[in-house]
Amino acid sequence: MPILSGGTPAPGFTLPVTPDQNLSLSDLAGRPVILAFYPADWSPVCGDQMALYNEVLPEFHKHQAEILGISVDGAWCHQAFAKDRRLHFPLLADFEPKGEVAKQYGAYRYREGVCERALFVIDRNGVIFWSYCSPIAVNPGADGILDALEKLSHQGSAHEHAKSSNHAA
Amino acid sequence: MSTLKAPITPLDHVKGPANAPVTLVEYGDYECPHCGAAHPIVNLVQEHFGPRLRLVFRHFPMSQAHPHAEGAAESAEFAGAHGRFWEMHDGIFENQDRLGLPLLFALAGALGLSELELRAALVNGTYAPKVKSDFLGGVRSGVNGTPSFFINGVRHDGTYAFDDLVAAIELRLHARAEL
Repeated sequence: MPILSGGTPAPGFTLPVTPDQNLSLSDLAGRPVILAFYPADWSPVCGDQMALYNEVLPEFHKHQAEILGISVDGAWCHQAFAKDRRLHFPLLADFEPKGEVAKQYGAYRYREGVCERALFVIDRNGVIFWSYCSPIAVNPGADGILDALEKLSHQGSAHEHAKSSNHAA
Repeated sequence: MSTLKAPITPLDHVKGPANAPVTLVEYGDYECPHCGAAHPIVNLVQEHFGPRLRLVFRHFPMSQAHPHAEGAAESAEFAGAHGRFWEMHDGIFENQDRLGLPLLFALAGALGLSELELRAALVNGTYAPKVKSDFLGGVRSGVNGTPSFFINGVRHDGTYAFDDLVAAIELRLHARAEL
């Protein structure tokens, strides 16, 4: 199954974000959400990718967007990884049942038992706006995410503009 | 294929002739060990191609991972404002193992630049906007880590080994010759 594409409602989920807390996609309703599925904590490419998003975080926040990293690693592993790399965004544990959320997004590699390196930008209404599946060994960077967020913001402001001009009429 | 979205401007630090047939843009972080390892190689590559190559260096500090990277980048910009960018750039990379404020001040002093002025520039973040603009231009161009290279605007996805860089640049030179 290929990854879910733009226009598809984003499947909801609740996953551990720390060993004793959960986070649901619906908690972030009303804001754009970036989902970054990745194969594993500690592996070289993932580390670079998460480190990059950590640096680009202020740009994501300019669009009111939240980024969530998701892999099949457990919450304790995520905690150690996030602390070591000083990550300032949540990492979710798609750990039990293993890869269940990744499977719903078409972003699970059954042979290796890990997530794809897949990106999703979800709009304020919970619909996937953009998605991209990178070759597993390639860090996809942040340009695609930022392009998508910019387009979303333009759409949002065009919509607002249309509403206000209707109102004026 | 990622391409360079931020064009080369007079604000860039450039080494080599403006009309060189190949331009190599490096996005680098002064505290990144890979950038440190790539530094002498980039210099050799430039020597190898001579006037056929123009080199541009832009900042891509991964500040959360490298606490000294931003200060080093701003210090290089400070030196650049006094026409000494490349000396500072080389000095930082050649002494990367002891990167920190004392080194940056010592390098500035050795270049005849005022340590007090550098200190003030760092405290006031005078050159932070330039570093930030380099960084954001890199992000929008698909820079995904450091060092990242663009050869005539196209991201080089090979390694920074001398042979890899030279082969990729040769390819661009030949592509031009066939036009």
